[in-house]
Amino acid sequence: MSLRLHARNLACERDDRWLFQGLDLEVRGGEIVRIEGPNGSGKTTLLKILSGQLTEYEGELFWNDTPMRQAREHFLANLLYLGHAPGVKAGLTPLENLKWYQALSGETGNETARFAALESVGLAGFEDLPAGQLSAGQQRRVALARLELTPRALWVLDEPFTAIDREGVAALEARLVAHARAGGSVVVTTHHELAASTALRRIQLGQGDNLAGI
Amino acid sequence: MQVSDTAPVASAGVALGEPGGNLMVAITATLKRDLTLMLRRRGEMLNPLVFFALVITLFPIGISPDPELLALIAPGLLWVAALLAALLSLDSLFRSDYDDGSLEQLMLAPQPLAALSLAKVAVHWLLTGLPLALMAPVLGIMLALPAGSYLILALSLALGTASLSLIGAIGAALTVGLAKGGVLLSLLVLPLYIPVLIFGTGAVQAAVFGDGVTAHLAILGALLAGALIFAPWAIAASLRISING
Amino acid sequence: MWAFIHKLGSPKWFYRISAKLQPWFWVAAAGLIVTGSLWGLAFAPADYQQGNSFRILYVHVPAAFLAQSIFVSMAIAGLVYMVWKIKVADMAAAVMAPLGAAMTFISLFSGAVWGVPTWGTWWMWDARLTSMLILLFLYLGVIALRGAFTSRDSASRAASVLAMVGVINIPIIKYSVDWWYTLHQPATFTITSRPAMPTEMWLPLLLMVLGFYSFFIALTLMRTRSEILRRESNKRWVRELVEEGQ
Repeated sequence: MSLRLHARNLACERDDRWLFQGLDLEVRGGEIVRIEGPNGSGKTTLLKILSGQLTEYEGELFWNDTPMRQAREHFLANLLYLGHAPGVKAGLTPLENLKWYQALSGETGNETARFAALESVGLAGFEDLPAGQLSAGQQRRVALARLELTPRALWVLDEPFTAIDREGVAALEARLVAHARAGGSVVVTTHHELAASTALRRIQLGQGDNLAGI
Repeated sequence: MQVSDTAPVASAGVALGEPGGNLMVAITATLKRDLTLMLRRRGEMLNPLVFFALVITLFPIGISPDPELLALIAPGLLWVAALLAALLSLDSLFRSDYDDGSLEQLMLAPQPLAALSLAKVAVHWLLTGLPLALMAPVLGIMLALPAGSYLILALSLALGTASLSLIGAIGAALTVGLAKGGVLLSLLVLPLYIPVLIFGTGAVQAAVFGDGVTAHLAILGALLAGALIFAPWAIAASLRISING
Repeated sequence: MWAFIHKLGSPKWFYRISAKLQPWFWVAAAGLIVTGSLWGLAFAPADYQQGNSFRILYVHVPAAFLAQSIFVSMAIAGLVYMVWKIKVADMAAAVMAPLGAAMTFISLFSGAVWGVPTWGTWWMWDARLTSMLILLFLYLGVIALRGAFTSRDSASRAASVLAMVGVINIPIIKYSVDWWYTLHQPATFTITSRPAMPTEMWLPLLLMVLGFYSFFIALTLMRTRSEILRRESNKRWVRELVEEGQ
């Protein structure tokens, strides 16, 4: 199995300000890569580039050694991105939300798997409530249930620990490590300190103009 | 801690998948999702219809209750009021998806964004354009629109509002990232609505005068076909711009 | 080929080459407009129907031509910017929009003034005037959209998309307005399209049209240059330029 996302000489300019320049990075299967840096150092922008949303950058991005522009479809089929906003519709129940996400990747999925996924994030009993009635943390958990439900190799997570209680944080962290052990990879930004493990690497943003981190 | 070199085969979570899920599944699910969401907020769905009726009520009061005069201007009034009512609901087309982050996810789906946004526009037309078209004959009676033109009125509105939804969605996609996009949206979209308005009212007027209406309806159909071909791409491009604003 | 396109699009290169081109267009614009208006206002014969009032055509027609051409140029610049990410194209599109709106307004205003002796009223829903009015709204939409974004990159892209959508719609709008007009007022007198204009009338008109186009190119070059300086003010070559100047 090959999973390799790498960027060469990546640079992003937003309105005449360089967020970062000359960034080389590589993400392989079995790794958790934590993007670090102060506010405004371009963490979210980098994640948006790495998740293929933002195409306005300089440098080159490769997915399994194919340039991203050509590999986009294959890349998206293997990506799970969770952004700042959880992407959970308040007017739909958690089950309906998950169903739509499954359908977006072209699968009909089945109800049992959705129930199981919701249970694994501690939402058993909330499956049929409109998501708008859930707390912010619970809504975040609905989004996190997608990690269980949709098998994707690469996870790109922007502040996934936001609004989650302590137990949830521990469970999520364990989940990330398990995913890496199983050969998947995780790119994550977070203010929460991740426990050191061999799978964990750090990339530092926002220290001058030219930097490449590991 | 040791990361094993041989990835566990049992874990399905990490195998690289191939693209090519069923596009129809994604489209159907998006249609269903948007319909469910809209039908759960029925009040919001009724607003354009009430607005339509209200605006039509204003004209006899503002101009004159004289049936002959009203009959003369009814095609234009009905069309302009329906157009404004359809416009009113456009701002919310992508707004809530933008706010809660699902628009981001829609763009990352391994499916063509143009097709998925077309599904969203279809729901918009189904729940605003079509009801407006069905309601128009009732308001036509109130404006003393001559009998015999009601079918054409509804038909032209049904065809025309589909184009309006498509063109309007481009504007909605361009302004969804802006905090106050509402008025700007009208400014962007209304000039582009003019051809539809011209042929829509033209059809109803022709029906009133007993002329042939096929040409008008054919042109409305052609405009719709053009919008169907071009608008989805423009909508997709605009959404990509807005999401990174 | 690609290298050439990108070189053409480099702000520095454009800044240098436009400095050389710009004076020629100014001279051409001044020469053509002065000759054209002297000829058109003083020497061309009066119209047998409208008398001297027809002479407003020498402003109205070039302005109307330019108003439409600028929108097309703006959309092309937007396309170039979107496809090849050439920033100069966007800067040009940004400075063209207000210019185009101004030209549209001039053509509308001169049309209204012309309407007084011709129709006895300031405004008629004439097909051409109506199309022009809609064009003005399209311009205002592009300008407003560009102004509404806080991020300039997003503003540029949004304005490009809207300009392209607009340019596809302009012929449709024009066609439908013409159709609408003939339906409501068959066979009335339109102010510009008339058969057989004598040579001594249209020749100065041609000069005026060419003069207006030269003026547009010169002004766009000039304003794009200042836009380049504004946007690239933190680049090294601009700083060096400033230091050289001092």
